[in-house]
Amino acid sequence: MTPILQITDLTAGIEEREILKGITLTVNPGEVHAIMGPNGSGKSTLASVLAGRADYTVTGGTVSFMGKDLLDMAPEERAREGMFLAFQYPVEIPGVSTANFLKTSVNELRKHRGQEPLAPAAFLSLMRERMKLVEMDQSFLSRSLNDGFSGGEKKRNEIFQMAMLEPVLAVLDETDSGLDIDALRIVAGGVNALRSSSTATIVITHYQRLLDYIVPDVVHVLWNGRIVRSGGKELALELEKRGYDWIKAESAVEA
Amino acid sequence: MAQESAILDEVVQSDYKYGFTTDIEQDLLPKGLTADVVRFISEKKEEPEWMLAWRLKAYEQWLSMKEPTWPNVTYPKIDFQEIIYWASPKKKEGPASLDEVDPELLATFVKLGIPIEEQKFLTGVAVDVVLDSVSVKTTFQDKLEELGIIFCPMSEAIREHPELVKKYIGSVVPTNDNFYAALNSAVFSDGSFVYIPKGVRCPIELSTYFRINARNTGQFERTLIIADEGSYVSYLEGCTAPQRDENQLHAAVVELVAHADAEIKYSTVQNWYPGDKEGKGGIYNFVTKRGICEGARSKISWTQVETGSAITWKYPSVILKGDHSIGEFYSVAVTNHMQQADTGTKMMHIGKHTRSRIVSKGISAGLSQNSYRGLVKVLKVATGARNYSQCDSLLIGDQCGAHTFPYLEVANKTATVEHEATTSKIGEDILFYCNQRGIDTESAVALIVNGYAREVLNQLPMEFAVEAQKLLAISLEGSVG
Repeated sequence: MTPILQITDLTAGIEEREILKGITLTVNPGEVHAIMGPNGSGKSTLASVLAGRADYTVTGGTVSFMGKDLLDMAPEERAREGMFLAFQYPVEIPGVSTANFLKTSVNELRKHRGQEPLAPAAFLSLMRERMKLVEMDQSFLSRSLNDGFSGGEKKRNEIFQMAMLEPVLAVLDETDSGLDIDALRIVAGGVNALRSSSTATIVITHYQRLLDYIVPDVVHVLWNGRIVRSGGKELALELEKRGYDWIKAESAVEA
Repeated sequence: MAQESAILDEVVQSDYKYGFTTDIEQDLLPKGLTADVVRFISEKKEEPEWMLAWRLKAYEQWLSMKEPTWPNVTYPKIDFQEIIYWASPKKKEGPASLDEVDPELLATFVKLGIPIEEQKFLTGVAVDVVLDSVSVKTTFQDKLEELGIIFCPMSEAIREHPELVKKYIGSVVPTNDNFYAALNSAVFSDGSFVYIPKGVRCPIELSTYFRINARNTGQFERTLIIADEGSYVSYLEGCTAPQRDENQLHAAVVELVAHADAEIKYSTVQNWYPGDKEGKGGIYNFVTKRGICEGARSKISWTQVETGSAITWKYPSVILKGDHSIGEFYSVAVTNHMQQADTGTKMMHIGKHTRSRIVSKGISAGLSQNSYRGLVKVLKVATGARNYSQCDSLLIGDQCGAHTFPYLEVANKTATVEHEATTSKIGEDILFYCNQRGIDTESAVALIVNGYAREVLNQLPMEFAVEAQKLLAISLEGSVG
């Protein structure tokens, strides 16, 4: 079985400063991985590097996505191959409706797979169906993308887009931040509905709370640019109880 | 060919009434502008005395005027005595087929979706078969004549409809209105004349016809459109196809007159050569466009999509004289590389309950500078006047500039004037977000820019809206790294 994602000894940074100091991680089909860690440990950097944000430079290691060299692909190619990043801070694009944005996006992915663009009627009914997953109102479709949306609406819109694009690998970058408990439940419900045996999810989060709703197969703790501990879902509960300090202390000893 | 030389001969050999004796070769005047040059032009065009007198008056006024320096643009000083003011419309040797045309230009045509026959026409390919457009043109002409619509070159109108031209030319843009208008009045080459009779609704967009008809009108174009009571006309000037011209300076004048209950919709798509990336060789476009809503309940609407020229200086304006008249200005101005645009509008409220609406969308990329300059003036007598202005700027990259100069002069307390302005930027964050959704950077810019400009593009006649949309994307190609 080919893993969906195979990261080996990945090092990367921004402007000479190394942030990821050797990450190794394998994500298999059907799995949900949670990456936890204190602020500044490199969680969001990992998400950005996987999506191909230009600000970050990869200095070493390899990343294989469905057997292909991910680091060799432009950001849009990664997306077309099935990599999806739910942004921590989704941007606002005035003048471009959510529907029009998604139509462009979905059709780019279809083109990449050699499929015809979706007919407008089929597209509309697909959007209506998928919006229900995150309990989004249809009026959002004609509004400019994220323009004037509340924090929770933006995050729901991310999951709605994920539902439309049907990624092989979804990376959720602190999707829970700034969400109240109801929004959290809705967002998690959407993610769970999209789980399948052929896709995988990486949930990046600061708090254990989200993992009550999206139950991970593996939990990793990122500290100082390295994965210092991996375990089952009970690791998340332990972190919730004990905080990160004991891990910091242990990894300092090991280093 | 034989016919052409016959025309040339006729023009050259006609006696010159005004004692102009210089030994001039048939089709080109020496550089520089004098009263004799004005006389020569008028003579070449077989104009009546009154037209010459009008031109000469404009010339005298021009002599005492100074080039405006207030626009937010910079360029080397123009030597007006270095310009050739008359070249007879001698046909240049065009390419024999499209194979000989610059492939880059053809690629642009394809992107714009311009049909092959029209591509040939636009690139000046000698067409030996009778082009469809000729018959199309005739069909149009018959249809228009039936309705009493006059649509012809300005030079023809001066000869065939002197009473109309005499009455209206210079009535909206006086000869001494500004430096470039005076210059245009003295030396204008040709242009279009439109008259729509009372109660007639022009059944076609004059665009279609115009596109086939509008080449080589020269650098000093003069257009006059009159919509008589209760009539309607939609007119489109310009073309999405890239226009190249050896004349660097263009100074056109457009005058619109709308009588009671008449409506004129004037749309412009301007894509003149903007110069290379260093800004060399582009066209300077100094235009005076103004319409008057002469009668009650009349309406004038300007829509412009400006993507070309090295320098754009134009303010399509409306004088709202008739009570309950309406003026509109919808504009998208794109500047990229080293382009400079100082454009906007003036809405002059005179009549009671007059309304105006301004929607200006500036898009700056590269090292360009894009300025909106607008004046809303409400006179004391203009009871119940309303204006709504919206000026948005979109910046692509961080080395361009967007500037807004809105002026408000309100002398009537019952007036309602609203002004909204926004500035947004297509930054790395937005582009990366689009990339992450599978949309490459150029498509992302096109998507965003077209969304941003939609409100204005929607005002264009359907066929051009689609082309203009593509044009915006092409104009901004390579604007982000």
